[in-house]
Amino acid sequence: MTRMGACETSICRAALAAFTMALLTGCLVQSPPSDAPVKAAALGRPASADDVRLWNIDVAPDGDGLPPGRGTVGEGAVLYAAKCAKCHGASGTEGPRDRLVGGRDTLATATPMKTVGSYWPYATTLYDYIHRAMPFDAPQSLTPDEVYAVTAWLLHQNGIIPENAVMDAGTLPAIQMPNRHGFVPDPRPDVPRP
Amino acid sequence: MEHQPEPDRADGPRVSDEGPGLPLMPPLAPIARRRLLARGASLIALASMSLLHRRARASEPQPDPMRVPGSPARTYGERSAFESARRAVGESSSLTPLQDLHGIVTPSALHFERHHNGVPTIDPSQHRLLIHGLVARPLFFTVDELMRFPSVSRLAFVECAGNSRDQWGNPQDGTVQELHGLTSSSEWTGVKLATLLDAAGAQPDAAWLLAEGGDAAGLTRSIPLTADVLSEAMVCYGQNGEALRPEQGYPLRLLLPGFEGNINVKWLRRLKLGRAPFMTRWETAKYTDLMPDGTAYQFSLVMEAKSIITSPSGRQQLRPGIHEIRGLAWSGRGRVVKVDVTTDGGRTWRTAELQEPVLSKCHTRFRLPWVWDGQEAVLQSRCVDETGYRQPSREALIKVRGTHSSYHYNGIQSWKIDQDGRVRNIDL
Repeated sequence: MTRMGACETSICRAALAAFTMALLTGCLVQSPPSDAPVKAAALGRPASADDVRLWNIDVAPDGDGLPPGRGTVGEGAVLYAAKCAKCHGASGTEGPRDRLVGGRDTLATATPMKTVGSYWPYATTLYDYIHRAMPFDAPQSLTPDEVYAVTAWLLHQNGIIPENAVMDAGTLPAIQMPNRHGFVPDPRPDVPRP
Repeated sequence: MEHQPEPDRADGPRVSDEGPGLPLMPPLAPIARRRLLARGASLIALASMSLLHRRARASEPQPDPMRVPGSPARTYGERSAFESARRAVGESSSLTPLQDLHGIVTPSALHFERHHNGVPTIDPSQHRLLIHGLVARPLFFTVDELMRFPSVSRLAFVECAGNSRDQWGNPQDGTVQELHGLTSSSEWTGVKLATLLDAAGAQPDAAWLLAEGGDAAGLTRSIPLTADVLSEAMVCYGQNGEALRPEQGYPLRLLLPGFEGNINVKWLRRLKLGRAPFMTRWETAKYTDLMPDGTAYQFSLVMEAKSIITSPSGRQQLRPGIHEIRGLAWSGRGRVVKVDVTTDGGRTWRTAELQEPVLSKCHTRFRLPWVWDGQEAVLQSRCVDETGYRQPSREALIKVRGTHSSYHYNGIQSWKIDQDGRVRNIDL
């Protein structure tokens, strides 16, 4: 029985020659520009300030992103009853969905109740969330005035603002929520090793 | 001898090479018709059997698969009709059947779901990703453009922060799917987040990133731009070799390996760089861990090491004899390095075998042979990750965090096996 050497067939020899040629050429010719990493700016379309304004819907704790407009507690009561109460209850305490009102001073008890009033650290988050996601069956259907108004009603129901308060881009970020300092940065790992 | 068509073989009508399984009938001499008619019933039976085979129902008796042609090629495959593993579907989520899975990859069709106002239908040709905020060049990207960047793939688990949340309370009976099924692993493909931030020219003072989904919840999360995030985060378009599933964010999702599922924002439409967290509803009102003193952990993003025995597991019925204890372990901080298993409620522990590959921030399969003697047994697993972190007992976890923190439960799971072989979830 003849043992074949590593590269004794004619095909193998041809392949070896081609490989050697490729190596030589590779050494002599510089890498073509197409091998360069994709130039970052080559992809994507520049977004103009107008483009960004249409997309940039979030509202930050300092009020950045709040639109012009205003809403009162009274206006909010009407809107809430029409568009929110069926999920969150007539007074905001009944559910069946998230309870929005009440629960103050319950967080450290055996039956904590996390609501806008007892738990949420920023009033601006209410505007952001209601605007983008509520009502559940018609998100982004409320006008800025309506969002301010529902926000006002919820804050009033939670005893955070008086009945005659008006919510707008100036007043909303200034509100100090009861649980503003209730959060701590992630301390984990927090469980002692067994 | 009369002219006859080439006799059909006992395995019935052949399948055309050209088409999708039409019976190929040779031309017939007239005299053959009667004979054929006599055989008509059986031919029809065979033909319909072939059709039936394509839509085989496990409940019906099947023909001998060596005596009927199989089903034709298909443009998009389906699993066998005999397989029935399925997600357990709730109102806005579904749970992975961990007890039915092999290996470490979760089939895309069985990857758990969680959405906050349904799964949107997005035409990828209409979809855009905007990057703006603290960048030199605000940019829109089409999905096609994102696919032209250097692509990267990796396996990673995604676990909902609320997985196993019922375990904070008194353990209820249930399957491993019902109790722990909000975790899945996939191979994800996309472009590195860092590549896109470079493209847009992220400014040095950008410390947080807002990610926004294009669903009816417009889900938004703030992501700290740490070295870990910058080295691992991806904007993904691929899952297990094909496009993302709609319920996984089609056409684009963020992947932050090791972080709680919610922050891996799906249907990604916008990335905004800023100096501070944006304090969205999902990182204040939700996904924060309420402690017994009334304070709450915030931005507790990493899913800590956890292991679960998936077989035997809740509501299964065990027979005495040879078994292989199997399960999954994972850590949001890196690789799993060790899994121990006890069958006597923690008196003695044996080290399980870790099935390769053992990947960082990915489900790892562990297994251990075991003979059940028919006596009461309590099975547990505990894992250690590469940082030295040890999965805590339920008791140790609750001692620190109480029972109202809702999220990030990773305590040791106890499965009690009764003498009758029934497996149930208990608190040891």
